Amino acid sequence: MRLQSPEKTVYFTFDGQRYQGVPGEPVSAALLANGVKLVARSFKYHRPRGIMSAGSEEQNALVTVGRGAQTEPNIRATTLEVSEGLEVFSQNAWPSLKYDVMAVNDLISPFLGAGFYYKTFMWPKSFWEKLYEPVIRRAAGLGGLSGKSNEDHYEKAFAFCDVLIIGGGPAGLMAALTAGRAGADVILTDEDTAMGGRLLREVEDIDGQPGAEWAADAVVELSAMDNVRLMTRTTVTGAYDQGTFGALERIAGPRRADKPLECFWRIVAKRSILCAGALERPIAFPDNDRPGIMMASAVRAYVNRWGVAPGKSVTIFANNDDAHRTAHDLAAAGIRIAALIDSRDDVQINGDFPIYTGGTVTATKGRHALESITIAHSGGTRDIRTDCLAMSGGWNPTVHLTCHMNGRPTWREDIASFVPTPDSISGMVAAGACNGSFSTAACLQEGADIAAVVATDLGLKPKVTVPVADDSTYRISPLWAVPGKGRKWIDFQNDVHVKDIKLAAQENFRSVEHMKRYTTQGMAPDQGKSSNVVALAVLADATGRGIPETGTTTFRPPYVPVSIASMGAGSQGKGFAPQRMTTSHKATVARGAPMIEAGLWYRPSYFPAPGETTWRQSCDREVGFVRNAVGVCDVSTLGKIDIQGPDVAALLDFVYCNTFSTLKVGRVRYGLMLRDDGHVMDDGTTARLDEQHFVMTTTTAAAGQVMRHLEFVLQALRPDLDARVISVTEQWAQFAVAGPRSRELLNTVLDQELTNDDWPFMACGEIGVAGVPGRLFRISFSGEHAYELAVPARYGESLFRMLTAQTEMLGGGPYGMEALNVLRIEKGFITHAEIHGRTTAFDIGMDRMVSLKKDCIGQAASRRPGLLDEDREQLVGLKPVGAVKQLTAGAHLFEKDADAVRINSQGYTTSVCYSPTLETNLALAFLQGGRARHGEVIKMVDHLRGLTAQVEVCDPVFFDQEGGRARG
Amino acid sequence: MRINCPNCGERDRREFYYQGDALALTRPAPDAGPLAWNDYLHNRDNPAGDTKDLWFHEGGCGAWIVVERNTVTHAVHGTTLAHKVKR
Amino acid sequence: MGYSGFQVIKEGLFGQKGWKPVWRDPEPKAEYDAVIIGGGGHGLSTAYYLAKEHGLTNIAVLEKGYIGGGNVGRNTTIVRANYFLPGNSEFYSHSLKLWEGMEQDLNYNVMHSQRGLINLFHSDGQRDAFARRGNAMINQGDDAILLDTEGVRKHLPYLDFDNVRFPIYGGLYHPRGGTARHDAVAWGYARGADQRGVDIIQNCEVTGIDIEGGVVKGVQTTRGAIKAGKVGIVVAGRSGQVAAMAGMRLPIESHILQAFVTEGLKPVINHVVSFGMGHFYISQSDKGGLVFGGDLDFYSSYAARGNLPMKEHVMDAAMTLMPMIGKARVLRSWGGIMDMTPDGSPIIDKTPTEGLFIDCGWCYGGFKAVPGSGFSFAHLMATGNHHEPAAKFRLDRFRDGVGLMDEEGTGSQHNLH
Repeated sequence: MRLQSPEKTVYFTFDGQRYQGVPGEPVSAALLANGVKLVARSFKYHRPRGIMSAGSEEQNALVTVGRGAQTEPNIRATTLEVSEGLEVFSQNAWPSLKYDVMAVNDLISPFLGAGFYYKTFMWPKSFWEKLYEPVIRRAAGLGGLSGKSNEDHYEKAFAFCDVLIIGGGPAGLMAALTAGRAGADVILTDEDTAMGGRLLREVEDIDGQPGAEWAADAVVELSAMDNVRLMTRTTVTGAYDQGTFGALERIAGPRRADKPLECFWRIVAKRSILCAGALERPIAFPDNDRPGIMMASAVRAYVNRWGVAPGKSVTIFANNDDAHRTAHDLAAAGIRIAALIDSRDDVQINGDFPIYTGGTVTATKGRHALESITIAHSGGTRDIRTDCLAMSGGWNPTVHLTCHMNGRPTWREDIASFVPTPDSISGMVAAGACNGSFSTAACLQEGADIAAVVATDLGLKPKVTVPVADDSTYRISPLWAVPGKGRKWIDFQNDVHVKDIKLAAQENFRSVEHMKRYTTQGMAPDQGKSSNVVALAVLADATGRGIPETGTTTFRPPYVPVSIASMGAGSQGKGFAPQRMTTSHKATVARGAPMIEAGLWYRPSYFPAPGETTWRQSCDREVGFVRNAVGVCDVSTLGKIDIQGPDVAALLDFVYCNTFSTLKVGRVRYGLMLRDDGHVMDDGTTARLDEQHFVMTTTTAAAGQVMRHLEFVLQALRPDLDARVISVTEQWAQFAVAGPRSRELLNTVLDQELTNDDWPFMACGEIGVAGVPGRLFRISFSGEHAYELAVPARYGESLFRMLTAQTEMLGGGPYGMEALNVLRIEKGFITHAEIHGRTTAFDIGMDRMVSLKKDCIGQAASRRPGLLDEDREQLVGLKPVGAVKQLTAGAHLFEKDADAVRINSQGYTTSVCYSPTLETNLALAFLQGGRARHGEVIKMVDHLRGLTAQVEVCDPVFFDQEGGRARG
Repeated sequence: MRINCPNCGERDRREFYYQGDALALTRPAPDAGPLAWNDYLHNRDNPAGDTKDLWFHEGGCGAWIVVERNTVTHAVHGTTLAHKVKR
Repeated sequence: MGYSGFQVIKEGLFGQKGWKPVWRDPEPKAEYDAVIIGGGGHGLSTAYYLAKEHGLTNIAVLEKGYIGGGNVGRNTTIVRANYFLPGNSEFYSHSLKLWEGMEQDLNYNVMHSQRGLINLFHSDGQRDAFARRGNAMINQGDDAILLDTEGVRKHLPYLDFDNVRFPIYGGLYHPRGGTARHDAVAWGYARGADQRGVDIIQNCEVTGIDIEGGVVKGVQTTRGAIKAGKVGIVVAGRSGQVAAMAGMRLPIESHILQAFVTEGLKPVINHVVSFGMGHFYISQSDKGGLVFGGDLDFYSSYAARGNLPMKEHVMDAAMTLMPMIGKARVLRSWGGIMDMTPDGSPIIDKTPTEGLFIDCGWCYGGFKAVPGSGFSFAHLMATGNHHEPAAKFRLDRFRDGVGLMDEEGTGSQHNLH
């Protein structure tokens, strides 16, 4: 029921029913205004539940919003803003919220106590996956995902400030005013739609002005400060190292394609002031979960802020003075108060309504909405008709963020609550209610004082002026659970009640962590915000320990649940990793080449020609180009590192296992790089362009790793070496020109004539390419007479077009990764399929390259006995010799007649291809003692692809073993 | 987590690559023997408390940095360029 | 007391009054035949198998906090046997077999759910590497199926097959892979060990290891000295500190691994899905939460909590792979302390001190190893001989380079495995 008629209303739906609401108010307020009490079903027993709170701590009123891909499950009706056409649905109920068949669980609940599932569902064994688990899974869970890919826009952002103030209630506003006026760079966040905190929800004055008005004035003043940023609808979700915070902002206003739904902030603050307030906690009494039973402060909030009466005849049950405000506010609003029950004997309460001191609520009635309660007090028991019970078990300071770095809160007996332990988070101080200082005056004072200290620390000169406000003392006498029979709910979301906790203690789950895990207390979407303290008080009682001794469970981020889409904003689709493209990318795609990922790069798989229908046809043709005419391939993705300085040769001698200091200027050498643990890190060619100038190439995959490694060597291991390294991978476009007619091709684009004498195999040097200064390397990854031609990247695309045009005139063409792979397998050249991190120079037959004349990275460890064992798997070639001609990579190798089981496995295939040159399938493989087994016929077994082939072991160099083609 | 790069100032952890214990700076001689190499490559003090480890400002200036840090609290006490520590 | 559906109903009728403590809380005795340091999954299963398989019942498990409070209580609950290197292959295969009989053996429902694990691959090279792995699994007698893109789509229709940054070429499907209720595993083993007479002693921190003449004599604890002829160290991330009490330096660096759970959702992910390119893996718990994780935070730490960069990276991976989970909300994130070794594989071995044994180095794969590790470590402690499936988990493999099990191929840098 609304207390005033609103100025503006809109329509929204709940479970298909149309309701009127005020735009911007929480859906919970609108539902209460429309008299809707039943809004949800609980997790385990599907008990009918209503609205309980007026904030993000809501335990009961979780709803699903929207349809299709926009469906959002588990949204708190208490923070969801009403807007025109909003569609809200209840969840975890079937066929309807009112008639939910799973409510049968509630009837058999005596058999479903804490942890019952650990004790049964074990027989017969196969029934777990087939029967029990599917039934349990279907029954569990709350809302459901749509199953459709996200279509909404989310963002992530960084922000930096001097002071982050978390919470815009009286303490936070006062802190922001004090720090802001002193000139500090301030961010003030609040998860509500407006700043003010409880000032918006209580009836009290500040400096003679209504609290809400004072807050509005403060916001006006703060908004005018350039050094202050106000962030409403923003919940700080986690505290991390060195003043980093995560925060989730819900973006206001209607959904639009160009506007994010949410933004996940990374806020870095020199200092932080926690002004997060406090949360009211329930009292455990029998059937305290019926729709209509709410937190006393929430009842006030609905009345005072949103003008909604949560009931017609309200009862109040509390153990502290604060709840008496509810009575006063309700009375002022003209709402009938059926009774105020205070569990304390020695309190003076004035009011024009029935008052029971020393009383407790011992029973409640009403299936889908509260109808009546039974109370026990000094004068006996009594039934009271009521449709709304406002309860208050006291207040829990919101200490969560102070505990995100393993801090533990401190128990304060006088307020029966945990408060932050100072210095739990470096640079963070708590002020106001979250620090256990509950009166408005204390909040304002602490906010100002702490901000002044912080501002002073930052070198500013703050002034403290604090307005006058209510400073009444908070008095409480703990009441956690009302004695007697019945189910007294503690964790409403996970349906944990007092008996569950006692059973946990009985079964020796006495540690608070065990109790939590056994009963699931505090593991629901609210992470036990409202319930954990009650639960551990009950556990303390059951185990005969005090509350501080019982301790808390660990507070973990996020403070409120954070959507995966917001924290992963920008990564959907291609955004997950950078896309690197070579200069020939466009021209390659234009030729219809399918592009494949090579690390972050894209490279062509093959270049289809008209009439070709399979990749193999294209690949075979491209291999033919290189073997018979000439092919062109963009190899710019290989890492290129420019190395210069007086000690550059010494550096290379140290990082390569073979020697480079002897390399002549104008020559290239193949180098093998080890990790210091003696295994192969990478390989590649390095060219000496000048006495003190080398260019190293790395594999595409290891470019970053090698760069990091070289810097490590230079800075951390050998700072005595005077050399500098810089990555030039992106600065140079480089193309392989390979095949018997490669020189002929190059002579059409180069400014000077190539001859075999000037440019022998493994020569390198600078050369003009159509007037552009380039570099030429006579190296070959195909075994053919070949070159790699490099030009500054801006000329890459035109060079590619020139080369491909020319190569086609010579009966060749561009080739892709498939052909490149075939060409290198035919020659037994290795890639990371072979040097996969577990292989040694010994394994690939390059042990003799490990120079023992000098120290180099990896040399010492490569001499370990296990790395030189003759029985190690060594690189070999394999050719099919039986009826089955197909070979596959990842197959295992066995002696001819051995069973294909683990103990017989002697190796595996790494790379396979069909060689159009040799007209057979080929494989590179690692085989135990393989180098001594050339000629032996063994068995290749690929269980996965159902393939067994007889293969002959041979040298890994299948083609042109003498290497004459590359040199000629 | 934020680390103060001696060249660039305080930067977010995501700009850095972590390698491990700063004992990597004290690489044994090639003939130091298997025990010395085993200690260098594999064995670690692995302290629960203050430690020195090596970070690379990969997304920044490219400096290798020795970071004095606490493995329990994640407090960063100091940072030095690796080549200065080495010298 | 035995657990059964009948018992649950009976207790339900009589107000649950008859349930007994799942384990006792005895005072520590002055002397045991053997003590296990560490009441995590591995320590408790070691105690259980020492009692059950070797009849050693005068033993104690010493736990500094509460049992099951370490990594067994804070992981992503994945159980699998999909390793490919000799040593790991046979060990995890054995461990999975123990999982498959665990509930009946322990009379405790750990909810081991063999819902199938799919490891996705995104290039021909990765397919080949997974084929090698799958073939190794079948060689070992385990199950593996190589799926192509369409095969993956049939199982996981909700993945983004069209726009994902790294296209899905296929997956290696391990039908016997799955999940289990992690805490229950610790409690089940604790109950089983306790029933066989093992003393489980919580809040008992070991502060020293007594060694005389190279022979272990017992331990010092916060609850007094305890003599023991055999001592087993099973303390995961804390291995370095406990081993130091015996003068040992271990090939271990402790790192954070974070994990995440969302609010409860109706069933939507029915397998365990692993996305190597994004270092992301996910399953859905029986309660409905999506349980997922990623890679290490990459810096050594004992904080058991992580930072935002890795959290965001994990969410990034989730969004590129399966953008339908965008509107699921992360409820809680946590961190564990991983005992990372230089080859990513564990250690179950004797130490230079006679009678002192160590079981550590499980990196971030320790959960699935709980039964196998306990079984093999118990065997080693009881008999002095290495149990065959775990015989390659030697400490000296690093020094000698013999039998390294570097599944990732990333070398001796601890945090890269």
